[in-house]
Amino acid sequence: MHDLSPSGLSLSAPSRRALLRGIGGAAVLGAGIPLLSACGGSGTAADSKTVTVGSNASDAVPKKAFADIYAAFKKQSGITVDVNTKDHNTFQEQINSYLQGTPDDVFNWFAGYRMQFFAAKKLAAPIDDVWAKIGDNFPDAMKKLSKGEDGKYYFVPLTTYPWAIFYRKSVFQQHGYTVPTTWDQLVALCKRMKKDGLVPIAFGDKDAWPAMGTFDQINFRTNGYDFHVELMAGKASWTDAKVKAVFDHWAELLPYHQDGFMGRTWQDAAQGLVSKKSGMYLLGSFVAQQFTVKADLDDLDFFAFPEINPAYGQDTVEAPTDGFMVSKDPKNHDGVVKLMEYLGSPSAEQTYLKADPSVVAASSKADTSAYSPLQKKAFEMIGGAKSLTQFMDRDSRPDFTSTVMQPGLQKFLQNPKGVDSLLSSIERQKKTIFASA
Amino acid sequence: MTIDTSPKNPETAAVPSPGPAPARKRVPQGRKRLLTRRDRVTLAFMAGVPTVLHVALVWVTALASIALAFTSWDGIGFGSIKWVGLDNFRQLFTDNPQFWPAVQHNIIWFVALILIPTPFGLFLAVQLDKRIRFSRVYQTAFFLPVVVSLAVTGFVWQLVYNPDTGLINSLIGANKPGHYIDWIGDPHLNLWAVLIAASWRHAGYMMILYLAGLKGVDPSLREASSLDGANEWQTFKNVIFPTLRPTNTVVLVVTIIEALRAFDLVFVFNKGAQGTELLSILITNNIIGESSRIGYGSAIAVVLLVISLAVIIPYLIATFRKERRA
Repeated sequence: MHDLSPSGLSLSAPSRRALLRGIGGAAVLGAGIPLLSACGGSGTAADSKTVTVGSNASDAVPKKAFADIYAAFKKQSGITVDVNTKDHNTFQEQINSYLQGTPDDVFNWFAGYRMQFFAAKKLAAPIDDVWAKIGDNFPDAMKKLSKGEDGKYYFVPLTTYPWAIFYRKSVFQQHGYTVPTTWDQLVALCKRMKKDGLVPIAFGDKDAWPAMGTFDQINFRTNGYDFHVELMAGKASWTDAKVKAVFDHWAELLPYHQDGFMGRTWQDAAQGLVSKKSGMYLLGSFVAQQFTVKADLDDLDFFAFPEINPAYGQDTVEAPTDGFMVSKDPKNHDGVVKLMEYLGSPSAEQTYLKADPSVVAASSKADTSAYSPLQKKAFEMIGGAKSLTQFMDRDSRPDFTSTVMQPGLQKFLQNPKGVDSLLSSIERQKKTIFASA
Repeated sequence: MTIDTSPKNPETAAVPSPGPAPARKRVPQGRKRLLTRRDRVTLAFMAGVPTVLHVALVWVTALASIALAFTSWDGIGFGSIKWVGLDNFRQLFTDNPQFWPAVQHNIIWFVALILIPTPFGLFLAVQLDKRIRFSRVYQTAFFLPVVVSLAVTGFVWQLVYNPDTGLINSLIGANKPGHYIDWIGDPHLNLWAVLIAASWRHAGYMMILYLAGLKGVDPSLREASSLDGANEWQTFKNVIFPTLRPTNTVVLVVTIIEALRAFDLVFVFNKGAQGTELLSILITNNIIGESSRIGYGSAIAVVLLVISLAVIIPYLIATFRKERRA
């Protein structure tokens, strides 16, 4: 180390020049760092003719559907919508730093706890002025979903879709199956399908969230909507006998699920339904996106998860709702209000649904005449529900569902017998996470 | 062999060193006379910019994450940071069902890499060092997995292991109900499946390191041992391998680092689901996300840091001691 200094003496002229070039390089590097940190949001200049939107619609179908809406909005108002699309999952994972940085004026988001969280953190702007105009377009259930904990509106819903059990009409016809309405009928149907060489229930849990959908269905059928809310809010205990009953039911059904689900994505599991190798599939209606042939899509149908406890029947529907929020400090406030009002109008929803028929409109005013039979059924199912849930990870704290529930449910699926120790472990972790609020 | 450590000071390597002994005496007056103002500014920049960058990007961040390990923070606004003392660590060691499996898997990762691909890489290097025909082609083929991004590697192997349409299950007919082999999901299989992919890459890496080491072995040593009547294996065991000692040290350190930072492959493969939990993935899952648990994630990161230091510090001490002796 100590013979470093003399070498500085022997610098000749050309190497000094090289050294200065090096400094230039370092200066560029130094200047590059603040630039990098500014990459979070789109730095488009504020002008009254542009509204920026941060979008998570990275899949082809919804991306095209949103583009159609913005084109129609531009025609109507003359305001250009500058869309900044990110990969769906990445958008979700980066939402924290995105909203704290320089977010777009408007961004795609979900109703429920996940919306209220950012509203409470003051990372979203209240939009009561927008709702004063669009309020009549929505049913009460949607209004409730759009409000923060402080009672102000923060969200404009656009589309919603139900979770249900999907099946092929032709397969049910061919084997003479009937739609099960009670738990015992469901188990009996699974047995018959197995005998007929079908995989009774298609399943893929590689992404860890599909299992949460199954849990939700069995939970609110067994224990009712109120218990679902309490459990998700961290108030009810996971060691409660009611929760144990959910897992007991699930364990009864597990042998009829498709093998090898831990390594399978939902898209691959849906292929079993497309090829008529699987009899049923419990998923959101986005499963229809995997049916690319028109005849197959027409053959697709669904029914509500069967009744388990007669006290609750089939009164609850899991209907995750997607829509828009306004970031804390939008650059073009007037343009944002106009855009949000437009997004809350039935015509925006109709434009969207034309391009993406796997969901239904959140508004009760939207024209349903162009709906496919599947959409009509979904719309009726959601409209007729006594209570709507969002989804486990939308109704609860995302840190709890992603770090505790996802691995926890996967553990149960691997080893259904170890449910007691699993539940006490979940309860211990839940207490610390919910205490940290 | 101390020569090998000199590249640690890139400055000395970049500038041809003048005769050191006389120069050292002249330093005090020399600096005053020869360095112009511009030179001094330049030098200040040269030393200053890297120091600032290093302190800001390495030390400040490392110390900040150690401090955060004793807090609870959701990542929104500095006002919400709350001091919780050792709570995070207590939860981690007692309540987190994924923590101990993760530590165990990191250790298995290291042991597997050192036992299988490392000797195999050495074997390949020895074969390629014999100047067999098409040696360059083989070299490229074995080294290719190292060049490819681990995320891509993970994606490719995922196609091989896919339970329904993957190469293996299709070939052996294990994609029918009742015969499933779930390479990606089964917690008894998936770690080994992913380790095969990691070994596939690691062997190429080790091969290149050993090949470089073998090129540096003095040919006269081989000559001498063959004159003494040693066969090929004896020459390798008693002459070549001992001269590879510095390479072995590098290989050991590289393998430990690979085992501790294992992440990308598994993350692409199955996001660290049951059976493939790793410390690095636990950190990511806790810190990155919507309402992140930054304090808790930092606590896991501190555990990883302590493990790394426990491995690296003895190595550094040994190296410095050797240097001083030489």
